[in-house]
Amino acid sequence: MAYSDKVLDHYENPRNVGSFDKGDDSVGTGMVGAPACGDVMKLQIKVNKEGIIEDARFKTYGCGSAIASSSLVTEWVKGKKLDEAAGIKNTQIAAELSLPPVKIHCSILAEDAIKAAVEDYKKKHQ
Amino acid sequence: MKSALTFPIYLDYSATTPVDPRVAQKMIRFLTEDYGNPASRSHSLGWKAEEAVEEAREHVAALVRCDAKELVWTSGATESINLALKGAAEFYKTKGRHLITVKTEHKATLDTMRELERRGFEVTYLEVKPDGLLDLNQLETALRKDTILVSVMFVNNEIGVIQDIPAIGEMCRKRGILFHVDAAQATGKCDIDLQVLKVDLMSFSAHKTYGPKGIGALFVRRKPRVRLEAQIHGGGHERGFRSGTLATHQIAGMGEAFRLAKLEMADENPRIRAMRDKLLAGMQQMEEVFVNGDLVHRVPHNLNISFNFVEGESLIMAVKDIAVSSGSACTSASLEPSYVLRALGRSDELAHSSIRFTLGRFTTQDEVDYTISHLRSKVERLRELSPLWEMHKEGIDLSTVQWAAH
Repeated sequence: MAYSDKVLDHYENPRNVGSFDKGDDSVGTGMVGAPACGDVMKLQIKVNKEGIIEDARFKTYGCGSAIASSSLVTEWVKGKKLDEAAGIKNTQIAAELSLPPVKIHCSILAEDAIKAAVEDYKKKHQ
Repeated sequence: MKSALTFPIYLDYSATTPVDPRVAQKMIRFLTEDYGNPASRSHSLGWKAEEAVEEAREHVAALVRCDAKELVWTSGATESINLALKGAAEFYKTKGRHLITVKTEHKATLDTMRELERRGFEVTYLEVKPDGLLDLNQLETALRKDTILVSVMFVNNEIGVIQDIPAIGEMCRKRGILFHVDAAQATGKCDIDLQVLKVDLMSFSAHKTYGPKGIGALFVRRKPRVRLEAQIHGGGHERGFRSGTLATHQIAGMGEAFRLAKLEMADENPRIRAMRDKLLAGMQQMEEVFVNGDLVHRVPHNLNISFNFVEGESLIMAVKDIAVSSGSACTSASLEPSYVLRALGRSDELAHSSIRFTLGRFTTQDEVDYTISHLRSKVERLRELSPLWEMHKEGIDLSTVQWAAH
């Protein structure tokens, strides 16, 4: 399988790897996928009082494209408002990383991870 | 000494071996100088070629202790298996239409059996135990009055386990059932003595034993006589079992490769085993590492390991400096884990994250050392990235987690 240079770059030098404290009020956590399907993504966002995502972290069990997709979205969500972040589309991720058709599900999973993290944060602040 | 390494490091000897330079040397003459057709009876070029073919046949026969007249040249183990299974099934179909094999066999056997099913034969596919070995009681129960043939591989290509060929042979011979053994992965690694083994048909390949690709042989026992329906017609070469002009250079190469195997296997196998064991010890310094298949009944050069909490495709990406095989076929949209590892009862995740290392004649200590340190750093890095590893470290039992479907 040939990977694009951008996928390889994110795979070799993943951005924002790590974890925030799940219990922290300013943190939203999204975990999507299943081990049996070959991908599990955990995406966390740290949100400030103005509702802007200040920082993000990820951990991913999955192929190079899944790692790259989640690494990329940690960069993209930073500085965005919650609804802006939740508006990121998988097609944008797939286009940026030049994902082949068989790897589109990785970008869908990354989109779902953002939505799940935003949802989790909103639940904490209802 | 790291600078002396050339990449990728080849640890895929069960896929194919390099041709030993001594073998290549032997072959060249039959392409450019002694290029006669071994079937030409009217001039010296033909006689020379025939002499080379028969000398090679003697070398192959010597390694497996059979009579040279019991060997038929083929294009490789796949053709040998096709000839053995289809040839015997078609010849003996009036005796019965039931055949038995094992779920972990090579596709050459499984796909041929599927074809025989399409032709109206009935095939039983036996399970293996979690260590990859066949349960002989289960085989005994599966044998029927109308069973005409049992096919079991000597050495499994993925996990390297050695089946109990002597015992299975006794079981079949007692009942007058033909026994075929796929020995593609066994030559040069296991002692094979066809004087003793109750095996009727045995398939061989040259390119797993430092010979060229595209050549193999089928052993067809003469006493008691085994008969086959030929699958390729045209000229009646090889006593009618397999027509087609003999590839003298390929045959000479296989003969030389098997001659060298017989000479050197007693020294070579302990040396390779020591390196394999070192590789295993290096891997076992990591947590959550599982060996697939029995370690005792196993060829010395094979190590098949699953790395828990690491996804298979990212693992293969991480070890691109090392030429190995993966238990995961990632080329399709749906990940297909190895059917051999699934037959051992491994979960999809562990089957996906497996690597088969197969060492060989030209593997060096430095290559093994590099592989150990490289694998360890890459697996550790991927685990740092893995939310499953994090959960495991927090003491969460992953089998109890409710995963979000997608």
